[in-house]
Amino acid sequence: MYATRYSKPKNIEEAISALQAAEDGKLLAGGMTLIPTLKQRLAAPDCLIDLCAVGLSGIAEEGDALVLGAMSCHAEVESSADVQKHLPALSLLAGGIGDRQVRNCGTIGGSIANNDPAACYPAAVLALAARITTSKRTLSADDYFTGMFETALEEDEIITKISFPKTHKASYAKFGNPASRYAMVGVFIAETDVGGLRVAITGAGQDGVFRHSGLEAALADSFDVAAIDAVDIDDSELMSDIHASADYRAHLIKEMTKRALQAIG
Amino acid sequence: MAQLSISVNGQRHENDVADNMLLVDYIRETLALTGTHIGCDTSQCGACVVHVNGVSVKSCTMLAIQADGAEVTTIEGISDGENLHPMQEAFHEQHGLQCGYCTPGMVMSAIELVATNKDLSEQDIREGLEGNICRCTGYHNIVKAVQTAANKMQR
Repeated sequence: MYATRYSKPKNIEEAISALQAAEDGKLLAGGMTLIPTLKQRLAAPDCLIDLCAVGLSGIAEEGDALVLGAMSCHAEVESSADVQKHLPALSLLAGGIGDRQVRNCGTIGGSIANNDPAACYPAAVLALAARITTSKRTLSADDYFTGMFETALEEDEIITKISFPKTHKASYAKFGNPASRYAMVGVFIAETDVGGLRVAITGAGQDGVFRHSGLEAALADSFDVAAIDAVDIDDSELMSDIHASADYRAHLIKEMTKRALQAIG
Repeated sequence: MAQLSISVNGQRHENDVADNMLLVDYIRETLALTGTHIGCDTSQCGACVVHVNGVSVKSCTMLAIQADGAEVTTIEGISDGENLHPMQEAFHEQHGLQCGYCTPGMVMSAIELVATNKDLSEQDIREGLEGNICRCTGYHNIVKAVQTAANKMQR
């Protein structure tokens, strides 16, 4: 790891100042992606700004929404009684990320700020039409994800919380990489008042998470497994890598959509 | 350099550490507690698992300074003097190790697994130890050991 400077701001204002003062500062949330990246010398930030003491943790119910602090770790989301009660699909998703030790550290804010094309959370955020609040504004999920490892976040903008609508009509099915548990394909189906019926796919798209209009139209027509077979999955913009070909991923999209649908019942 | 104040196995330590020092290197090099192993160094194998404030983490994927103010427990800190922790005893009884390299991490992960889950099935244990890899592939007896320890610890 290259030399760097560590700082632990006490509040969000201090964190923003530290970020602005640094030449190439990086925010440190759970560190489950950032620290391995630093160890491989794939990044050389002059300053690491640890968000652990900024006060962004906690899960709260606010009317029809569940609000997750950006620093909520996956294990907290998995075991939260509120999440299990009002948005069980999100609890299951969180419990399927990485392994126990990764879930004890990795955070939802870190995951969606990084927007890894194979991460699980972006599919939930997009399918549930969640709202992302930052130190500057509130963004809709549609405006937030802008491409592979790309988001609408500005250089000195920090995610503070993510607000999900409560629903039981939601489900996530993932075909995980056997070693890393990252999604080779993950499909999140949800129906909410704010977003309507959505099918969001992670792990497959060359531009990261995306909604599949063909699957959404088919399910709007008939919310049934049989409706999925007739949908055409174009593989021309899907990823091909050592883990799976685009063609195989297209097949997995249908299969995971079926499994997600069956879990909703 | 950063000033680290940390409690490891109940003992307080104050050290100046490099900002980029990993927790596992601090434990092994500075404190000479070499029971915590480095296996893959890419957060996959779990040989470096320790408890930070009671929660299992991979110490190769955390900076030492991130644990400032924390209570850390390593494999050296779980026995009561000469009396082994029930999990260690169960690994011994069930022959839950071959070369032993993964064992400290397995034991630390398993202690958290048993402490946070009741009525663990074999499948629960296998899934719960997903973050720990045994290159000898000695999983069968590791699972038996965790089951044995769970029976004792939860009785």
